Amino acid sequence: MKKLLLPLLALLGCTYADAQRIKGSDTVLPLTQALSEMYMNEHPSASVTVTGGGSGVGISALMEGTTDLAMASRRIKFSEKMKMKQAKHQPEEVVVAYDALAVIVNPENPVNRLTREQLEGIFRGKITNWKEVGGEDAKIVVYSRETSSGTYEFFKESVLHNKNYMSSILSMPATGAIIQSVRQTKGAIGYVGLAYLNPYVKAVAVSYDGGKKFVTPSIESAIRKEYPVVRPLYYYYDKANEKAVQPFLEYLDTPQAREKTLDLGFIPR
Amino acid sequence: MKKWIDRIAARIFTVSGFTTSIVILLIIGFLFKEAVGLFSNPIVDKGYVLALHPDNPVKELSAYQIKELFDEEIDNWKEVGGNEQPVKVFRLEDLDNLYTEEELGAEYEHAGQKIAEQIQANPGMIAFVPEVLIEKEKGIHRIADRTIPMKDVLLGTEWFPTATPSPIFGILPLIGGTLWVSFFAILIALPFGMAVSIYLAEVASPNVRKYMKPIIELLNGIPSVVYGFFGLAVIVPFLQQTFHLPVGESGLAGSLVLAIMALPTIITVAEDALRSCPRSMREASLALGATQWQTIYKVVIPFSISGITSGVVLGIGRAVGETMAVLMVTGNAAVLPTSILEPLRTIPATIAAELGEAPAGGAHYQSLFLLGVILFFITLFINSCVEFVSARNKFKK
Repeated sequence: MKKLLLPLLALLGCTYADAQRIKGSDTVLPLTQALSEMYMNEHPSASVTVTGGGSGVGISALMEGTTDLAMASRRIKFSEKMKMKQAKHQPEEVVVAYDALAVIVNPENPVNRLTREQLEGIFRGKITNWKEVGGEDAKIVVYSRETSSGTYEFFKESVLHNKNYMSSILSMPATGAIIQSVRQTKGAIGYVGLAYLNPYVKAVAVSYDGGKKFVTPSIESAIRKEYPVVRPLYYYYDKANEKAVQPFLEYLDTPQAREKTLDLGFIPR
Repeated sequence: MKKWIDRIAARIFTVSGFTTSIVILLIIGFLFKEAVGLFSNPIVDKGYVLALHPDNPVKELSAYQIKELFDEEIDNWKEVGGNEQPVKVFRLEDLDNLYTEEELGAEYEHAGQKIAEQIQANPGMIAFVPEVLIEKEKGIHRIADRTIPMKDVLLGTEWFPTATPSPIFGILPLIGGTLWVSFFAILIALPFGMAVSIYLAEVASPNVRKYMKPIIELLNGIPSVVYGFFGLAVIVPFLQQTFHLPVGESGLAGSLVLAIMALPTIITVAEDALRSCPRSMREASLALGATQWQTIYKVVIPFSISGITSGVVLGIGRAVGETMAVLMVTGNAAVLPTSILEPLRTIPATIAAELGEAPAGGAHYQSLFLLGVILFFITLFINSCVEFVSARNKFKK
């Protein structure tokens, strides 16, 4: 009996050492799931569990030690970093991939390009008619995501420079709902992740330098770092735990992982 | 033996009755406890302070003023009772642009000092920084913080629950949106519901009723998210084209979806009420020479008015608390509704959309519980109306 038990225990210990728990942002979730499946196929001894719940959930799980990697669609907050340090954890940051946001309008809308200042005016309610930005004489209908979404926060930070959206903004529960609404509303404008773009809506070129250079959102322009509305997606781990997570993090740089990242509409790091 | 079974059964019923009531009371108590917690939160995010230059005379700022300052809507201190001095906003992230990581220290140990330097160098600066960083710094004037005033919440007209540094929890637009949508829903559902229930109870042949009633009751079983999809894909574009609206997601779209959802309740309850009118009364009316319509209108409806009212009120109850369908079609813009053709935001939709990411125990989380309490009072009021109406009728008999 004892003879049988020992190798069994050793085996258990071995698989346990290769087990990884990843938790956090729902934006990064599909990417992590796909990558972890590929990783497990190539490393049959490894086991990776991926769960969502939001960036904040992932980071607090890291603090409590209930996850090895925390996924986040935003940077760790100062207060969270402080808390980690108080608990004697050293958070380490890795960029998994980049995600670009595209500003979309109805395909019938003649407006093809907007500057960041114009976008700020539109989303803050200072510009209310399309003719002010070179379009037809029609009211601008502004769609946004719900406040709980990481996309909402990133757009606010990047395009509105941390100012608040106007209060009469239409908030949609999901990206699909924004696409549907922009598709059927002539004066609509909204923002979605690059992966969600489809022929029923039109992406506008954006300029972050006051109108000197407009860049159309695409994976290529985002890879060339020309398109400005791009956010990094992060993994966080505890420095003490570095050895355990390193093999999976290294896997992110393999060609097949990069290809998968592109397939899912993200930009590889 | 039989006696024992009787006793045990009685005990089981008593125990289950009491436990259920206690659990319900506990849930309500929990709801209230969480909601009241909102008013003990400071205006500025917990753990952060607003720091000013020592010469700045401004002592207090309301949540709304703070938001306007950080949105750069207020650009001069004169507007909030200070000196003639342009406002300069400083956030913690700006620190990374001004100093290198070495200057700030690996553990941010020099950050407080650098923030203080910045504030002292700029007389018009307002800095939003963590309290721990500048605890020890001298020569900074901190804005006195206070708890969120009840007035700002109950009478506030702006809903910015995630605004930093100071979130704004004005719930009036949400209450207004809820009542507005429900009111129009019932305005649409009432005539149709009444017509169908009178038809079913008085006019339709037994054969028609046999098939029609189950079909109407089937409507009750359709999940509300399906109604929401239907609304988004059919009603919203339809309204947009019919009324030439710039945007189809509107209160009216919500009202129409809710009306369809409230119809089965209204029809079923009202029809039962109409059919409970005794045969003798109908026959007496017809024997006196009244036509069928006169009988319905003068005898049957007045007799069953309390049942009809309960049906209508139950329908309203359903409309007020409905979440998913409304979330999808009303556009969820938190503005006080002025017209039914404009987007609005209801209480259940707000709770459903925001609770997922609101950090547990925070002000945002508690404000959503407060919304729950208010919704609870609205439905409680509606249910007491049902009780009142049915009680009044019994007395008349």
